[in-house]
Formats: sequence, structure tokens, C-alpha cells
Amino acid sequence: MEGSIEKFIFTLIVAIIILVIALLHVAYLTYAERKIIARMQQRLGPNRVGPRGLLQPIADMLKLLTKEDITPYGVDKPIFYIAPFISLVCAGTGVALIPLWENLILSNINVGLLFILALSSLASYGVILSGWGSNSRYAFLGGLRASAQVISYEIAMSLSLLSVVLMAGSLNLMDIVKAQINSPYKIYLIPQIIAFYVFIISAVAECNRVPFDLPEAETELVAGYFVEYSAMRFAIFYLAEYFGMVIMSALAVTCFLGGWVGPFEVPYVPFFWFLLKLYILLFIYIWVRATLPRYRYDQLMGLGWKVLIPVALINLFLTAFLKLIF
Amino acid sequence: MARYLEINKKQTKEETWEEPFYLNMGPQHPSTHGVLRLFLELEGETIVNCDPIIGYLHRGVEKLSENLNYNQTIVLSDRLDYIASAANNTVFALAFEKLIGLEVPRRAKLLRTIVCEMARICNHLLWLATHALDIGAMTVFLYCFRDREWLLNIYEKICGARLTHSYVRVGGVRQDFTKEIIEELYRFTEEFPSRIYDYETLIDVNRIWLRRTKGIAVVPAEQAINLGLTGPVLRGSGVPYDVRKFRPYDAYGEVDFIVPTGKNGDTYDRYRVRMEELRQSNRIIRQCLDKLPETEGEPVLAENAPDLLIPEKVKEPKPQPVPKKGVIFRGVDRPIVPSGEAFASIESPKGELAVYVVSSGSNKPWRLRIRTPSFVHISAIPYMAKNHMIADLIAIIGTLDIVLGDSDR
Repeated sequence: MEGSIEKFIFTLIVAIIILVIALLHVAYLTYAERKIIARMQQRLGPNRVGPRGLLQPIADMLKLLTKEDITPYGVDKPIFYIAPFISLVCAGTGVALIPLWENLILSNINVGLLFILALSSLASYGVILSGWGSNSRYAFLGGLRASAQVISYEIAMSLSLLSVVLMAGSLNLMDIVKAQINSPYKIYLIPQIIAFYVFIISAVAECNRVPFDLPEAETELVAGYFVEYSAMRFAIFYLAEYFGMVIMSALAVTCFLGGWVGPFEVPYVPFFWFLLKLYILLFIYIWVRATLPRYRYDQLMGLGWKVLIPVALINLFLTAFLKLIF
Repeated sequence: MARYLEINKKQTKEETWEEPFYLNMGPQHPSTHGVLRLFLELEGETIVNCDPIIGYLHRGVEKLSENLNYNQTIVLSDRLDYIASAANNTVFALAFEKLIGLEVPRRAKLLRTIVCEMARICNHLLWLATHALDIGAMTVFLYCFRDREWLLNIYEKICGARLTHSYVRVGGVRQDFTKEIIEELYRFTEEFPSRIYDYETLIDVNRIWLRRTKGIAVVPAEQAINLGLTGPVLRGSGVPYDVRKFRPYDAYGEVDFIVPTGKNGDTYDRYRVRMEELRQSNRIIRQCLDKLPETEGEPVLAENAPDLLIPEKVKEPKPQPVPKKGVIFRGVDRPIVPSGEAFASIESPKGELAVYVVSSGSNKPWRLRIRTPSFVHISAIPYMAKNHMIADLIAIIGTLDIVLGDSDR
């Protein structure tokens, strides 16, 4: 029993460290996004709080914490209160399942991939419930859009990941990375480039980011599903969104880009390659946001059902076929 | 309002009547460009009915101007379409000059043409910025504002104001351009075509942009004329109507420019027309600048132009064969503005802007009527929005290029 208590305490400490690091990543992702987009748009971005505006995320958080939390009259209170937390918990839990380094993973479970997919599906409940519970027409439309979008893109995403599972022969994320290293390609990006393409597009849609940010389309639905939220509850939705981005990027790194493995070992920085790949993917998210306009609702559904799902299915079929032959 | 009555009727008549999904878009909505309110009846995301409600920005410009003299009325006109106020100033001044019977010096005409075309560029830049932002492309927005800032700075040098210029006055313009301004404008016209190319690379061939604008809100030429649309919206449908060509005013008769037209009358064509107009405006400014040295040293205000504070009457010496010594000057009263009526219309950036003024012989308009393009264009929204989606409605508001200050007056 003694060993198990030690293990428990050890896991707890590691969990807290990883959570803090993840939260810092999320906070500074907002800063990075603002800075990068500002650079792309020929302006300065935040530069008042701290040197080069580095303390901006902390200032934002303090501001949002001290703001008045308004509960509008007429909302469905329990649903209204719980919805942001559903979003956050579902988005944040995924951190536990991402293998950061060989044998450094919080919970190495055999259905890791499935679990992450389940969590990201559950996260849509937060969006739908907040739209429903707000009792506002804009929020309602936003919630409906979100549910339709998440469900249809979930399928494409799962199908693209399924071909990776076929190649690795496991749902365990650690095993997937190890199978990649042992495969002749080193990373699955090369044989599964189509799946990677489908996955990235559906991941952007899953996180409600531009060009698929229909649920929160600012110019159409004001703010979409969280239009009635204020202060920290509002911030939690943002947190969940950025957590989602980090998790989706980390999942792509794990399943397609070979996790922690790089062309050469970097001494003293074990996470170097993992973080580098993660940052490149996150940069793509931000880059896309600065470049593209927004899809219309029906065009978005058309892209999901008529393009991505067939492509992912064909890719899955081909992978299975080739795997049978060789 | 008609929709409300209809709904009320339905509710009272039928017991099994199920309420459709109604959505009040505005008056506080980020993309209705001010305080436009749209009462929508939705089926899913498709618009079944759309009822625009205006008047939230009504300031009574027409009535106010009955209590202000002609030059003061021009200051009010700034507040109509505050994005391109030089155009509003010009149409007011043109109408009043017709009424008084003033001939504007050539240099003033050239200067007016320059500020009008600068206003057109300002307006189209702001339109492109907001239209693209509404559809979701946020980078174009900041690129456009960067260049608009340049023009606004030039405006500031010309007349001290950035948005509400009141630069044009009855009988000419307020003051001449300095050398510095002319040089700055030369620099701008040199640089600007490459900037237009920049915007086009951002969105012109973007697949999402094309899908969001092609085939959206199609207005056939005949329907566009019936709806009373003017300006780029009409030209997008393929009707080459431009007041600058048909009834040239100021210096437009002596400059060379093309009136771009579209084919299909959809949002994309209107976008193309406006982008082409940016280039043509640049050309016009350039030509006017080249003509400015010919008129160097000429006055910019007509000789017989009334003072800024137009007096009601002036005294003219009585025709006397031999003026008597020691007698105080006695004269007859002559009204400055004869009684009568005048109409003037120009091609403002948004469409045809017209002023009809009736004078009773005093120094104030007896009645002033403004025909603003935004007002007419808003009335076309229900036709254009039918059976489109909410996201398209935003594109439609953007493509019509409406300003609520212009519409509500």
C-alpha cells in the first residue's frame, strides 16, 4: 500500500505542474495570438502592461475576475451556471492523456485516443447548453450552429484518426507514438498526409476557430452562444476554446508528427521537439485566423459532409486495404 | 410596422398558429452599420421576411436647415454621410449656387473635384474594410484603415477637420491648397494603385470570399432601376448610369474616366465595381492635380459670393443723377438670394445624392429636401434578403454600403 500512496502523491505533483504549464500556455497563447495577428496586420498589439506587453494575459485575467458577474433575468439558472464549466473541464482533461515524453504521461490508458474524442464531443454540450440556457435568440442560434458543426466535423475527425489507429494497431497514444518511431516513415505525416489534412481542418472547426467560427460569429450573432455571459464565466469559454486548440494541436503532434521525437536529441530540453511541433501547429491556427473570411453555415456543412467525410473514408479504406496486403 | 400588424392578425385569427422564429437584429448590432434595425422572420437560418426599421438616427436636418442660412446648412450636411462629407458639401453648394446664380471659378471647381474624389476613396476604403470584416476577413480591415488614415491626414491639412470638413462653401471653397498638400497628394496617387492591388491579393481570389459573394443578392438591371438603386449598386447590375458622366458638374466634364459596370448584379460584381472605382478616382485626382498649375493664382471663391454669414438683404445705392452732399447714404434693399427653387444632384460615393431647395427670398432655405442614396438602398434590403441566410444578410448590408446618418437625416 505504501508504494501506491507514494505513487499517488507523485502523480498529483506532476499533474499540478503539467496543469500549471498548460494554463500558462493557454494564457500566453492569447498573447501570442494578439501579437502575431497584430504583426500581420501592421499594428503593434498589446504593449502597455509589462515589458512588450508580456503581462497582458495576467492583467486580463485579473480584470475578468474582478468584474461583476451578471446573471440576466430569465435565464435557466442551473444550466446557465454549469455550461461554461462543462466546456472547460472537457477541454482541459485532455492534457492528462497526451504523452509529453517517453513514459511521461499522466494516465496511460489503453483507450486514450477514444477518450480524447469523447471529451471533445462532450465539450459541445457546454456550448449547446449555454446557448439553450441563456434564453436569448442570438445565443440559441449560436448553440444550434455549434451542435450541428461539432457533430458533423467530429465524424470526419474520428475517421481521419481511425486510419492512424489502423496503422499503429492501438488506441493507446503512447503506443501510437512508439509505433510511429518504429515504422519506416518515422512520422505518420508521410503515409497519412490526407488524414492529417482532414484532421487539421476538422480540428479548426471543432475549436470554432476562423474560418469556422460560426457559433460565435461576431458580426452575425454578436457573440453567439456566450452573448449573455460576463466576467469569469465569459473568460472560461475563452479558456476552453484555447485549451481546445492546445489539445487538438497536441493530438496532431502525437498522432501525425511523431510526438517527442526529433531529427536529433536536444540536451537538457526533453520536450523541445514536442513543444516546437505544438507551436508550429498553433501558429497555423493564428495564421489562418488573420487570413481567411468566414464560411456560411450551409457551405460549412457542405464542406464537412461532401468533402471531408468522403475523403477521410476513402483514406481509411485505402489504409486498411494496404495494411491487408503488406 | 406592417409585419407587427400582420402577426397580430394571425395570432388573433388562428388558434393553431405557431409563432415563427423572430429575431430583432439591431439597433445595437455590430454589423448593421449604425442603428439599423431589421425585424427578421426566420426558418432555421433562412430569412422568410425582413422588415427594416429606420429612424433611430433622425436629427431633423431638413427642418433644422430652415432656421440656418445657406452656408450654415452646409455644416449640417457634413453630418449626413459622415464618411464622405465633401460630397455632401458639394451637392448643397451646387444647389445654392444655382439658386443664387453664381459662377464658380475654375480653380475652385478643380479643388472640389479633388476633395470629392478623395471622399470617394475614403468611403470605398471604409466600405471594403467593413464589408470584409463582416464576412470575416479581418486583415483587410486594418490595411484599408491604414490608407484611409493617410487621406484623412491630407484632409486635415486642407481644412483642419478629418471627417466633417465643410471645406466647400457657397461660391467656391474655403481656401486654396498649399504646395505641401499638392505634393502629398501626388505621393498618394503615385502609391495608391499598388495598395489597391494589395487588397485584391488578400481577398479577390480567396475561395471562401468568392463563395460568400458570388450569386448572393442578385439584382437584375430592370429590378435595380425599379428599386431606385443608384451608384455602384446600380452599376454592379450593368446599368452604366453615373451622374458624373450624364450631367457633369464641377470639373468632371474635363477629366477622363471610365464608368465601371458589372454583369450579374451580385455582391461580387458590386465589389469589383467599387474596386475599379477606386482606381478611376485615383486617376481623376491625378488629372485634376495636373491641371492645377494652369489656374495658379486664380481666386477660389466667386467674386460675388455672399459672406459666410449671409445677410438677409444688401443695400444698393439708389440710382441718383447727382449725389447730394451731406446726405447720408440711402439705398434700396435687395435680397441676396432670389426667391425660387433649385435642384442639384451629384454622384456621391454611395449613389445619387440630390438636393431640392425652395427659397422665399430670405437668407435661409424655405424648404430643403435631400434625396439620400442610403434611404433608398435600405428599402431594397427585403427584396435582396429574401430566401438568403443570416450570414448573407450581413453581406447584403455591407454591399449596399449604407450609412444610417445618411438614411435617417
